[in-house]
Amino acid sequence: MMKALTVSGLHKSFGRTHALDGLDLDVETGEVHGFLGPNGAGKSTAIRVLLGLLRADSGTARVLGRDPWADAVEVHRRIAYVPGDVTLWRNLSGGEVIDLYGRLRGGLAPGRRAELIERFELDPTKKGRTYSKGNRQKVALVAAFASDVDLLILDEPTSGLDPLMEAVFRRCVEEERERGRTVLLSSHILSEVEELCDRVSIIRRGRTVESGSLAELRHLTRTSVTAELAGAPNGLAHLPGVHDLDVQGRRVRLQVDTDKLDAVLRSLTASGVRSLTSTPPTLEELFLRHYQDEAAVR
Amino acid sequence: MTSLVGTGVLLRFNLRRDRLMIPVWVAVNTLMVLSMPNTLKSMYGTAAERADLLDQVATNSSFRALIGPVFGDSLGALTAWRVGVYAGALAAVTGLLVVVRHTRDEEESGRQELISSGVVGRRASLTAALLAAGVASGVLALLVTAGLAGQGAVGALAFGLGLAAVGMLFATAAAVVAQLTESARLARGLTAGVLGAAFVLRAAGDSASTDGSSALTWLSPLGWLSQLRPFAGERWWVLVLFAAAIAGQGALAYVLAGRRDVGMGFVATRPGPSSGRLGTAGALAWRLQRGSVLGWSIGFFLAGVVYGGLTDGVADLVGDNEKAREIFERMGGRSGITDAFLASMTGMLGLVAALYVVASVLRLHGEETSMRAEPLLANAVGRLRWASGHLVIAFGGSALIMLLAGLGFAVGYGKEVGPILGGCLVQLPAVWVVAGLAVLLYGLAPRLAPLAWAVAGAVLLIGWVGPALDVPRTVLDLSPFGHLPKLPGGEMEWGPVLVLLGLAGVLVAAGLAGLRRRDLTT
Repeated sequence: MMKALTVSGLHKSFGRTHALDGLDLDVETGEVHGFLGPNGAGKSTAIRVLLGLLRADSGTARVLGRDPWADAVEVHRRIAYVPGDVTLWRNLSGGEVIDLYGRLRGGLAPGRRAELIERFELDPTKKGRTYSKGNRQKVALVAAFASDVDLLILDEPTSGLDPLMEAVFRRCVEEERERGRTVLLSSHILSEVEELCDRVSIIRRGRTVESGSLAELRHLTRTSVTAELAGAPNGLAHLPGVHDLDVQGRRVRLQVDTDKLDAVLRSLTASGVRSLTSTPPTLEELFLRHYQDEAAVR
Repeated sequence: MTSLVGTGVLLRFNLRRDRLMIPVWVAVNTLMVLSMPNTLKSMYGTAAERADLLDQVATNSSFRALIGPVFGDSLGALTAWRVGVYAGALAAVTGLLVVVRHTRDEEESGRQELISSGVVGRRASLTAALLAAGVASGVLALLVTAGLAGQGAVGALAFGLGLAAVGMLFATAAAVVAQLTESARLARGLTAGVLGAAFVLRAAGDSASTDGSSALTWLSPLGWLSQLRPFAGERWWVLVLFAAAIAGQGALAYVLAGRRDVGMGFVATRPGPSSGRLGTAGALAWRLQRGSVLGWSIGFFLAGVVYGGLTDGVADLVGDNEKAREIFERMGGRSGITDAFLASMTGMLGLVAALYVVASVLRLHGEETSMRAEPLLANAVGRLRWASGHLVIAFGGSALIMLLAGLGFAVGYGKEVGPILGGCLVQLPAVWVVAGLAVLLYGLAPRLAPLAWAVAGAVLLIGWVGPALDVPRTVLDLSPFGHLPKLPGGEMEWGPVLVLLGLAGVLVAAGLAGLRRRDLTT
């Protein structure tokens, strides 16, 4: 099956700032792909290159099999985009904007438009200048979800939505997946990513640092283990991949690289295990590792 | 006085933001005023010539409608008469722009919220905006007083203070209007409309009486300026009138500001349709620009009617003065004073149309920098299609307003309908070259796009002041308008017209090619 998005070795600089520094990204058709990274990592720049709004300095990008710069209009017929900060025309109503965007894409499903307006509790008669941030966001979301397109590119689309609307948004993304559409979701809300995304890519300083399913990514991080043993622990400190070891009598707390878990368990069972808790890394921890590395690099 | 906490900081901030805008407006105004004594000296050098001029102003109501009544025959008095209304209008525009920029603009963009949440008193922002306008007016008064002191220090002071007073009068008017509307654009338009009304009232009053004693004149602040009578037995009490009006409007603005919420106006926004018929980028462009096209159309038609109505009177008057005739002929060609006057007026409207076309082309820039273009262009809309939607309105709109100006002349003057229409339409190639430059700047270097205003301003200055100052031909030739045939009256020359059209085409094509290749501003 054709990939919805392929990006390899993408470079883009603004003056002396290297916004993208060899970015790679692969998004399978039909998946919801999380696009993550700290502020200023280059997510929005990458999305704008994918939309053909910026021209990459080097590297290749293919959106639905086409060049997003050269074939911008053809590509745009089949995608819908929601920016993180929606600005509307002051004196156009939300409904007018939704219809305009629908017509400028592959078309709008009328039933779906009405249904979405109701679900998002949007008043489409208000003028652009009177919408709050969350409501402007809803205008763009309704326009995107009601459009008849193959790929949705959402750049932090839920900033400003209340938790109720956030839940509506998640259901909408699920429905898009069920229809076989592809979604690229840039987000900082990790629970959202965890719930929705089949695979994620993490970028840092314009480069992809991790990419894969959440399970695969978890594998790359540490698991915390707390155990109460029958006898004194033995030799744990010398095992590879063990960190933050804390032994108090027969109680043991430690962190271990997830792919080195086997050896630790073997060592623990050798001493006899009374109780054992093992916590897989949360997505937060996964990110903090990258975000903190980022701080360290700086 | 906690309500004024932070005013000083905000004022410094405002002046820093206006560090280009205020000096340019004040400098242009000052230059216009200070160049006048020399010009007038060359035209009306002898006492006899001046007496003659005073006679004519007294007898010709059209002339008084255009410029106002004259109260003395000194060079100072003539300067105040000749530029008073226009320098006053320029000072008024400066004041209203500065105030709206620092009040309603800030609220509309949401920046005001952030500022108001700081250690800033409730009245500090409005006060700082008015003070910034005060600085602009004060510097203008200072420069004009110093520059004209040679004509008589007392008169120079009166004229300088009068100009500053008009500036502050419209600054405070803008402060009131900015409380009423939610849109900065509307606030600017409404205040400019008040200025236009003031001009019309003064013109009507001054044409009705020789010394401006008509009640209509006294209804207009621009009338007050001439009634201050600088260099001709100053009537200082008129300044009290200004002070009272400024204080009244200022107080009203503060009261209104105290009764409303940040970001809101007194006129609530009405709901719009729940679904729309807009389906193309072109339709959207028209929807966004139709209001301004309508406003310019009405303005140009009325200008045509008014100038058409004045034509016979002015031609009579100017016909007697060698120098004035020469100036009109330099502006409008040498084929009888009526045609010369008509041609100079169509030429002037062409210069003003250059402002329309720059504003219209730069809508593209506004859409892009406000981030509205980004999601729009993420749809199946090519950049060229999007841009051409706005450019059709810019280029077609300029043709429409020049056509309407020509029809206005037909209504107001009634004769020579065809030739005058030709005189209006022949301006278009030059208007379009200015538009082409705006497209080029926008397409190639969007950050420099606002320089298109400087181009329009320079063209306006060359076309307006150039002929009166008898500047060298090479300078006049810098402006595309300098190459146009003088119609009606002159010979139609297709050569320069076609060259200008070609140039405009090349500029637009180059600009669009640049737009297609460059990154969108993000």
